[in-house]
Amino acid sequence: MIDLYTRRRLINSAGLTVSVLAMGFGLFWLCWILWTLLDHGLPALTGSVFTQMTPPPGSKGGLFNAIFGSLMMTVIGTLVGTPIGILAGTYLAEFGNRGWLAPVTRFINDILLSAPSIVIGLFVYEVYVVNVKHFSGWAGTIALAIIVIPIVIRTTENMLRLVPSTLREAAAALGAPQWKIINFVTLRAARAGIITGVMLAIARISGETAPLLFTALNNQFWSDDMDQPMANLPVVIFQFAMSPYEDWQNLAWAGALLITFSVLTLNILARVLFRQSAAAH
Amino acid sequence: MPMFLHDARLKRQSILDSLFRNLTRLAAFGVLALLAAILASLLMGSMPAIHAFGFGFLTSPDWDPVNDKFGALIPIVGTLITSVIALVIAIPVSFGIALFLTELSPRVLRRPLGVAIELLAGIPSIIYGMWGLFVFAPLFADHVEPWLNQHVGTLPYIGPFFSGPPMGIGILTASIILAIMVIPFIASVMRDVFDVVPTLLKESAYGLGSTTWEVMLSIVLPYTKVGVAGGIMLGLGRALGETMAVTFVIGNAHELTKSLLNPGNSISSALANEFTEAFGELYTASLIELGLILFFITFVVLSLARYMLYKLGQREGKAS
Amino acid sequence: MNTENIENPRVVVKDLNFFYGKYRALKDINLNIADKKVTAFIGPSGCGKSTLLRTFNRMYQLYPQQTATGSILLDGDNILDKKQDLNKLRAKIGMVFQKPTPFPMSIYDNIAFGVKLYQNLSRNDMDERVEWALKKAALWVEVKDKLKQSGMGLSGGQQQRLCIARAIAVKPEVLLLDEPTSALDPISTAHIEKLIDELKEDFTIVIVTHNMQQAARVSDYTAYMYLGDLIEFGDTSTVFTNPKRKETEDYITGRFG
Repeated sequence: MIDLYTRRRLINSAGLTVSVLAMGFGLFWLCWILWTLLDHGLPALTGSVFTQMTPPPGSKGGLFNAIFGSLMMTVIGTLVGTPIGILAGTYLAEFGNRGWLAPVTRFINDILLSAPSIVIGLFVYEVYVVNVKHFSGWAGTIALAIIVIPIVIRTTENMLRLVPSTLREAAAALGAPQWKIINFVTLRAARAGIITGVMLAIARISGETAPLLFTALNNQFWSDDMDQPMANLPVVIFQFAMSPYEDWQNLAWAGALLITFSVLTLNILARVLFRQSAAAH
Repeated sequence: MPMFLHDARLKRQSILDSLFRNLTRLAAFGVLALLAAILASLLMGSMPAIHAFGFGFLTSPDWDPVNDKFGALIPIVGTLITSVIALVIAIPVSFGIALFLTELSPRVLRRPLGVAIELLAGIPSIIYGMWGLFVFAPLFADHVEPWLNQHVGTLPYIGPFFSGPPMGIGILTASIILAIMVIPFIASVMRDVFDVVPTLLKESAYGLGSTTWEVMLSIVLPYTKVGVAGGIMLGLGRALGETMAVTFVIGNAHELTKSLLNPGNSISSALANEFTEAFGELYTASLIELGLILFFITFVVLSLARYMLYKLGQREGKAS
Repeated sequence: MNTENIENPRVVVKDLNFFYGKYRALKDINLNIADKKVTAFIGPSGCGKSTLLRTFNRMYQLYPQQTATGSILLDGDNILDKKQDLNKLRAKIGMVFQKPTPFPMSIYDNIAFGVKLYQNLSRNDMDERVEWALKKAALWVEVKDKLKQSGMGLSGGQQQRLCIARAIAVKPEVLLLDEPTSALDPISTAHIEKLIDELKEDFTIVIVTHNMQQAARVSDYTAYMYLGDLIEFGDTSTVFTNPKRKETEDYITGRFG
C-alpha cells in the first residue's frame, strides 16, 4: 500500500504525461498530413500545372483554369461579403445597445458561423441555380460570400468592442456626428483586427468544397465567364482524387499542396499582422 | 456664437447619421433574413418528399431511386454515429492539449504550439478526405482493422461492432478523421476558457499543496464546465456538418450495418455524392429534406453550444 | 451656498439632478462658472464631479439609461434642452479626458479632424490653424517635423497635449478637463498645469481633479462635492484657507477622503 502523497504524485505524473502525449498526438497528425502533401504534391507540381488546362482522363495537363476560377470566386466573394459583414458588425457593436435586433442577430450569426457549408450550397442552388437553370461562377461566388459574412461580422464586432469608449467620447466631444466617429475613428482604430478577420475568412473559403459542388460545379475548359459553370481547385481536386486515373490523381495532389499552403500561409500572415499591430499600440 | 455653425450643415450631418445607422441595421437584418431564406428555401425544396413520405421519412431505411422510395434513417444514423465516435476520441485529446498549452508548456513554446494546433483547423477538409483515402485508410486496413477483428471482434457485446471486412473505408475510419478535424476546435475553446480562470483561484489551490492535475480536475474544470461543454458542442456541430472529409472515406453505402468497419453513409456525404446526379423531383426533394434535417440538427446543437458559452461569459462578467 | 458672487457667469447650472438608471448621482446642483477663469471640481471618488462635468456637453447621452433634469445655461441657452443639437453643442464645448485619446491618424489629421467638421478651410488656413493649436498647447516645437506621423507614437504627456490642441483647434467657448493629468508623470503634469494657466486667457475652463494641490495651483474657483451634493463653492483661496463647511475642511486637510 503506497501512501496518499505518493499516490497523488503518481496520478499527477500520469495525467501530465497523458497531456504531453495528447499534444504530441495533435502535432503528429499535422506533420503527417503536411508531409504527405509535400511527398505526393511536390513531384506533381510542375510548371505546366500553372500554364495548362485541366486534361481529359488519361492525359497530362495543368490546373490553370481551376486556379483562375478559384481566385475569381474567392476574390469577388470576399469583396461582396466583407462590406456587408463590416456594416452588420458595426451595427452590433455601435448601435446594438438597445432593442431586440442586435442580440438576435448576434445569436443567429454565431450559428451561421459554424453552420454546415454544404447547406449553404443547397440554399444557393435552390434560390439561384434553379431559377437561372444552370450552374455558374456567380452561384459559387454567392455561396462563398455567404460564408464570409458571419466571419467578418464576428471579428468586426469583437474588434470594435476592444476600441476604448474614451476614443468615441473624445470624437463626440469635438462635435463629430456618429457616422464620422465610426468611420474615421473607431473603425480605423479596429482596422488591423478587421483585416485579420477578412484574411481568415479568405483562408476559410479558399478551401471550401462542399458549397461549390452544387453552385459553380466545374468546367474542364478555360472560362472567364462568371455566368457559366466555373472550374475551381477544390472541386477539381475532389473529382480527380476520386478518379481511377493516375494523371488526374497526381494533379489532385498538386492542387491539394497549393491550396493547403496558401491557406496556411494566409493563416500565419493574419496572425503575424494582428500581433504586430497589437504590439504597436 | 461663432459664424461657422451653419444649420444646413448640421441638418445634413444628422441625415447622414440616420442613413448610416439604417444602413448598418439593414445589414444586420440581412443576417436574419438570410437564415429565414435558408430555412424557407430548404422547406420548399423538400415539400414533394414531405408530402410523399411524411414523418416516415425519418425512420425509413429505404433509399431506392429506381422505385422512388426514400428514407433518411441510414444517413441520420451515420451522421450521428460518426460524430459521437469522433467526440469520444476528440474530447480527452483536446483536454490534454488544452491542459498542456495552459499549464505545462514552456512559455516560449506556448504560442508556436498553439498556432500549430490552430493550423490543424485551418487545413481544408478536402485535404483530410484525400489524405484519409490515400494514406490513412490503406494503413488502417492493413494494420489496425485485422487486429480489431481478432482481438476486439471476438469479445461479447461489443464484438459485432468491430467485426467485418478490413477494407479501410467505413464508419470507423470516417469517425477517426472527423476526430482529428474537430480536435483543434475543441482544444482552442478549452484553452480559451481555461485562460479565464482567475490566477488567484489557481494559486490558492496550489498554495494548499495541490498538484497540477488536481488543480485542473477540481478547480479549473468545475469553474469552466459550462464553457467546456459549449466547446464540445461546437465541435459536435462541426462534426455533424462536415462533408468532404467524410465523403472520401465513409464508403457511401446505403446499408444499415452493425459493424463500424463497414461502409455507411452520412447526410452530408449523401448530398455531396448524389445531389448533382439526382434524377426526378422526388429524389432531389428527398436529398434537400436531408439537408433540412442536417441544418435542423446542427442548429439545435450550435444553439446549445452558444448558450453555454454565453453563460460562462456572463458569469465571467459578473465576477470581474 | 453663495453662487451670486460670480459676475457675468458663462455657464449657469440650476437645480441639476442626474440619474444612472434609478440611482441619483447628482442632487440639486446650483452653481455658476465664471467666464475666462478656471473652475475646479474636487471631492472623493464617486462624489459626482466627473458626472457633473459630463453633463456640460451631454456626453452621458452616448449611453442609455443616463438622464439629467434641471437646466444648464450656456450664454442663456439651455444645454439640456431636448431640441439642442448635440454636435453643435459639443463643437462649442471642448473636452479632454483622463487618459490621452489620440485618434488612429497622423498628428496633423488629429487636429484637422475636428476643425473640418464645421469649417471649410483652405489648405493654408488649415496649416495655420494646426500650427496655432499646437503652439497654444505647447507642443509645436516637439512635433513640427513629424506632423505626418501617427499621433499614437507620442509619449503620454505629448499625447495629452495633442488632445488639448485638438480640443482648442475648433475654438470652443468652454474647455472641460476631466482629470487631465491623472495618467501622467510629474513633469508632464507640470507642463499641462502651466498650459491651463495660459489657456484661460482665451477659454472658460472647468477642470475635474482628485489632486487638491492641483486645484489650488490652477483654479480661480473651487467646488467641493460629496456623494452627489455640492458642499461648498467659492473662490479657491477662500475654499482652501477658510472653508465655511466642516466637511470641506476635513477633506482639504486630509482628515478624510
